[in-house]
Amino acid sequence: MSNITENAPILQVTDLYVAYGPILALHGISLEVHKGELVSICGVNGAGKSTVLKAIAGVLKPRSGSIRFKGKDVTGWKPEQLHKHGMALVPEGREIFPSLTVEENLRLGAFGRYQARRFAEDLEDFFTLFPILKERYHQAGGLLSGGEQQMLAIARGLISHPDLLMMDEPSLGLSPNRVDQIFELIMELKSRGITILLVEQNAQRALEIADRAYLFSNGRVEYAGRPQDMAGKVDITSVYLGGQKGGDVE
Amino acid sequence: MNAQIFFEFAINVLSMGSLYALIALGLVFVFGICKLINFAYGEFITVGAYVLYFLGVFTSLPWPLVFLIGILSSVAVGYLSELVAFRPFRGRSLDALLVTSFAVSVILQRLFQLGISPRSKAVPVPAFFNMNIELFGLTTPLRNLLIIAITVVLLLILTVIMKYTVLGVAMRGASENFVTARLMGVPANLVISVAFIISGFLAGVVAIFWTARTGSAEPLMGMSPLLIGFIAVVIGGMHSLPGAVVGGYVYALIANILSLTLPTSLLSFRDAVMFAIVIAFLVLKPEGLLRGNYQEERVG
Ligand SMILES: Nc1ncnc2c1ncn2[C@@H]1O[C@H](COP(=O)(O)OP(=O)(O)OP(=O)(O)O)[C@@H](O)[C@H]1O
Ligand SMILES: [Mg+2]
Repeated sequence: MSNITENAPILQVTDLYVAYGPILALHGISLEVHKGELVSICGVNGAGKSTVLKAIAGVLKPRSGSIRFKGKDVTGWKPEQLHKHGMALVPEGREIFPSLTVEENLRLGAFGRYQARRFAEDLEDFFTLFPILKERYHQAGGLLSGGEQQMLAIARGLISHPDLLMMDEPSLGLSPNRVDQIFELIMELKSRGITILLVEQNAQRALEIADRAYLFSNGRVEYAGRPQDMAGKVDITSVYLGGQKGGDVE
Repeated sequence: MNAQIFFEFAINVLSMGSLYALIALGLVFVFGICKLINFAYGEFITVGAYVLYFLGVFTSLPWPLVFLIGILSSVAVGYLSELVAFRPFRGRSLDALLVTSFAVSVILQRLFQLGISPRSKAVPVPAFFNMNIELFGLTTPLRNLLIIAITVVLLLILTVIMKYTVLGVAMRGASENFVTARLMGVPANLVISVAFIISGFLAGVVAIFWTARTGSAEPLMGMSPLLIGFIAVVIGGMHSLPGAVVGGYVYALIANILSLTLPTSLLSFRDAVMFAIVIAFLVLKPEGLLRGNYQEERVG
């Protein structure tokens, strides 16, 4: 492998424009994620954080701009193709399949990249990471509490062994205890070398654990760089308060 | 009520209900995944019926083969209609898809009228279908028992597929949340094609037993099973497969009770009473008897 490809980011988004009908939501977003990095995206409600993740994952088609993933131009790819190519999105609001059991949710998570042997090994691992999933293995996903559903959503993303794991507000609407658990989990995943792109309303905590960060505002990148510098440059409390939303649903 | 009348009633409800359950199931398989009410579903049945007519009249193939080819042609028309007509419009609004399904339905009806005949064709029925069977002291044609047995077997097979195969789990997931299923790597085209194939398969089975009862195939014959499917689905619930099955049997139960209890002078109003019951369901229990889990989101 040449030096150039080794240093190339695993994900590179360049000048991305995304619209909902006639209304532009992203006005030329550029960002990159390198292998093994934990990158956070912060910004107030409506800044375009979810939109950029959905565009990267192939759910939304960009109007212009490009997305490169693992050295390939994947602009315009379908979500199922991107998943097969190593991308996983843990969507905002968890989006568990409510009538499917925990087991079925997990099996579906591995759909595009299913390997029976690895699935069994992963389960062992997951049961230590998420003990609750073992207890509830044969229960319908819709019966889990909000925090448990979030665990399931993350496990469902991990089970495909993604090269890039994207998480959209995993702590949304959880009690403080659960939020701690989620952040511990993210730290654990980071220490395992998993590449993570994290969108968080909880900017303060997201910045604490991030290697690099982006601040979005009105569909543009307002700031990009080291999280500790970001704290000085922008008023974190305003970002934090602006990002505050959702009740405790547990 | 004496035992004989009861058994006769039960056989009527079960055989009619089985047919109606299969009809409704074929509609709901496509609706579950695509959120599309497929008006062309009736024509999937008509195609099967015409193939039974052609093979029955012009060939001397054995019956099992005739049935198999009939079913496969309904599968083919289901699969191809999705590929040719629905897929290009999938990115558009749900209304566009609905209009497309109307168009497919009307185009197929016209093709039957122009290409075959506007008048009805007599479909040969195997003799054993009408063979009388003695059961609990009453006689009933074998086809009534066959449809019950075949429905039970099909429901078991479909249950196993939906519950225990990876594809079945993916189909259930996709019908609850299509976008998220795609994010897990479930290919949109695959699950939609499979839904149409299963829908076509059920239409093919329905064609066999529908023509066995009416003895004919005609261009507009698809409309009445389509209507039956709608009613069963309104009763049972649009959003779950078991709901469709329950709806089919409940519909047959209500229809048979009406036939039995309405005075002869009112019997011609049976359909009117039936529709009144449907309207009552729409008003009082719009989600049907079985609700199911679903998202009000369309396929993108
Ligand atoms: N489905 C949609 N249709 C139309 N506009 C949308 C849609 N989803 C989002 N938008 C708009 O796009 C912009 C960006 O939304 P987005 O969901 O990406 O924000 P976000 O940063 O994720 O916010 P939040 O913190 O509330 O999740 C907003 O102005 C929003 O109103
Ligand atoms: Mg969001």
